[in-house]
Amino acid sequence: MKKSVLLGTIAAVGVLAGAASAGTLDDVKANGVLKCGVSTGLVGFAAPDANGVWGGFDVTFCRAVAAAVLGDSDAVEFVPTTGKTRFTALASGEIDLLARNTTWTFSRDVDLKFTFVGVNYYDGQGFMVRKDLGVTSATELDGATVCIQTGTTTELNLADYFRANGMSYEPVPIETNAEAQQQYLSGACDVYTTDASGLAATRATFEDADAHTLLPEIISKEPLGPLVRHGDDQWGDIARWTLNALITAEELGVTQANLAEMAAGTSNPEINRLMGTEGSLGEMIGLDAEWAQRVIGVAGNYGEVFEANIGESTAIGLSRGLNAQWTQGGLIYSPPFR
Amino acid sequence: MAMADQTASGSFRLSMLIYDTRYRSMTIQIIVLMLFMLGAAWLVDNMLTNLAALGKPLGFRFLSDAAGYDINQRLIEYNSQDTHLRAAVVGLLNTLLVAFLGCVIATVLGVVIGVMRLSKNWIVARLMTVYIETFRNVPVLLWIVFSMAIFIEVLPQPNAFRGDAATASMLFDAFAFTNRGFYLPGPIFGDGSMAVVVVFLLSIVGIYFFGKWAKARQEATGEILPTFWIKLGILILPAVIVHFVMGQPITLEYPELKGFNFQGGIYMRNSLIALLVALSLYTAAFIAEAVRAGIMAISHGQTEAASALGLRPKRTMSLVVLPQAMRVIIPPLISQYLNLTKNSSLAIAVGYMDITGTLGGITLNQTGREMECIMLLMLCYLIISLSISMVMNIYNNSVKLKER
Ligand SMILES: N[C@@H](CCC(=O)N[C@@H](CS)C(=O)NCC(=O)O)C(=O)O
Repeated sequence: MKKSVLLGTIAAVGVLAGAASAGTLDDVKANGVLKCGVSTGLVGFAAPDANGVWGGFDVTFCRAVAAAVLGDSDAVEFVPTTGKTRFTALASGEIDLLARNTTWTFSRDVDLKFTFVGVNYYDGQGFMVRKDLGVTSATELDGATVCIQTGTTTELNLADYFRANGMSYEPVPIETNAEAQQQYLSGACDVYTTDASGLAATRATFEDADAHTLLPEIISKEPLGPLVRHGDDQWGDIARWTLNALITAEELGVTQANLAEMAAGTSNPEINRLMGTEGSLGEMIGLDAEWAQRVIGVAGNYGEVFEANIGESTAIGLSRGLNAQWTQGGLIYSPPFR
Repeated sequence: MAMADQTASGSFRLSMLIYDTRYRSMTIQIIVLMLFMLGAAWLVDNMLTNLAALGKPLGFRFLSDAAGYDINQRLIEYNSQDTHLRAAVVGLLNTLLVAFLGCVIATVLGVVIGVMRLSKNWIVARLMTVYIETFRNVPVLLWIVFSMAIFIEVLPQPNAFRGDAATASMLFDAFAFTNRGFYLPGPIFGDGSMAVVVVFLLSIVGIYFFGKWAKARQEATGEILPTFWIKLGILILPAVIVHFVMGQPITLEYPELKGFNFQGGIYMRNSLIALLVALSLYTAAFIAEAVRAGIMAISHGQTEAASALGLRPKRTMSLVVLPQAMRVIIPPLISQYLNLTKNSSLAIAVGYMDITGTLGGITLNQTGREMECIMLLMLCYLIISLSISMVMNIYNNSVKLKER
């Protein structure tokens, strides 16, 4: 049977088993491992390396939560999910947390009953085509065959965009990024559309990356962020403040390199609260005092994680843009640790 | 009768429900039934409570919301503003299309291959054995993915047909085989084509009556008409004549490379073809085995008796062996049709938008109504399967041994 149906059924059964129980924190502690839903493979965001060790921007977030909760950034079971299976996997309790380039939308939040704990990447939907097609704008795509991942916002935006512009297209529904890549490269579709960051990451893996180009149009807002199930606020808080700790660390200049020094105590009370040397934030959230130190210890602050995985120095080469700190003209902004 | 008398005579005690063998089995059955119903009620209640606790009470209202996504292969009018229900129907029709075409192709292939496997020609028989064993023993999902991969990698993309330095060209300027699918000439029905269609349908009715008449005549006179050629004539000639009389209202539209793709004519998507090829080749292997078994079940004495009567081998096959073999072939054939239909839900592996792809895929995912979608999906497959069984059972009854 097909995986999605299977997952649907599992979800149905999971619902029967009463998966909506609160106390995810206790469950994770009891299991000794965090089950984190990631993508099936998108270099830079979540992909296993040659030794099967997962790495990437989203993966690091999973590891940071595991470090905060379990004290071990390797105590994560990565569950690859497709655009279609991810929500069922989360709703049914198969995973505790989903960090998979997932757009925060009204209906996912309100109707699908998920809590987005923040935004770790401000993105938008773009189009990639071969340069030799001679297309320079998305408005010239009338009649094109377009590869899209099913179960995504991409698919809905695309329908809206072509309808609004009075153009027709031939959608080719696809399950994973790898399949999309195969179809696109063999010319079975003219265009591949998904989040611009995903396009950049996908293009970086092409042998002839230069033969492909991203069209200038960005047709949607795609605030991507990690999410948890509704109904367990404590668990949601932990995920939210793990992300905020990474962001605040960058803002306050706490890096992986100077972490030990900062943890020894500084003259900045907010850094001290973050490091747990002052106040009792850790206790309030149900963790120990040093939780945020471990979070930053995994791979540094938000900026460091960004640079190492998808930043300008990598093959993917994304600039910070909207994802710069608010102090640098970006949108990345954490509420205060107080 | 004797039992009833005994009960009437002795007085009835409650303990007899357990200790009296006359009542015991009934008692046990009732208790088991009650437990079963309690269990079912518990499951349903549990489901409803937990769905409510999740904040997603069971409801089918989402079916009337706008679906929001596009579907490439539509047998009925559909756009992204139509409802999820309509999207499900589009998917259902796609399922039925691939199941129907698949069953037809698989049957034709299966019968041919099954008969050929019994051939006296050693090479032919061996080749068929190899075919049957390879297809039967590899999971159908692999065949589907494999045929799609071959399709995409081997055939040229539409772009290859473009320009002066084109590396691919159309067959007879009418057929284009690309890795996005096959583009074939398609009919366009102009004014007056209604008449042609009506005549064509009437011809089919005519063939039926001609068949009856020819049979009656043969019974009466013993003369055999070349019915096949006459039927073919009845099928084609009147429609062709009317077509010309009406001034050729039906024209052919040829696919043409316009913009990104070929436009016009009939477009068979790569996903449909890959799925069809894999499903029918796979199922044909099973059908071939059923056919072989059916033919081998007819004792050789029948064939010998038929030739003793002077029947030629072809007629022996079609008048004596096959009608009897049918009785053995049909029951397994039904289950192969059911299998093919259910296996078509693997369509999702190649992005063919069947009902599993629309209702059980995108709709389920975009609305988060897992329970409802899966229940509807199961209901759909159940109804399709039961309908196939029903039709095939009716047919089976009509060919089975009539005991008078
Ligand atoms: N942000 C969109 C699209 C997410 C999506 O499917 N992204 C793709 C490309 S950026 C991906 O992560 N693919 C990885 C995979 O196939 O597992 C959504 O949440 O619906």
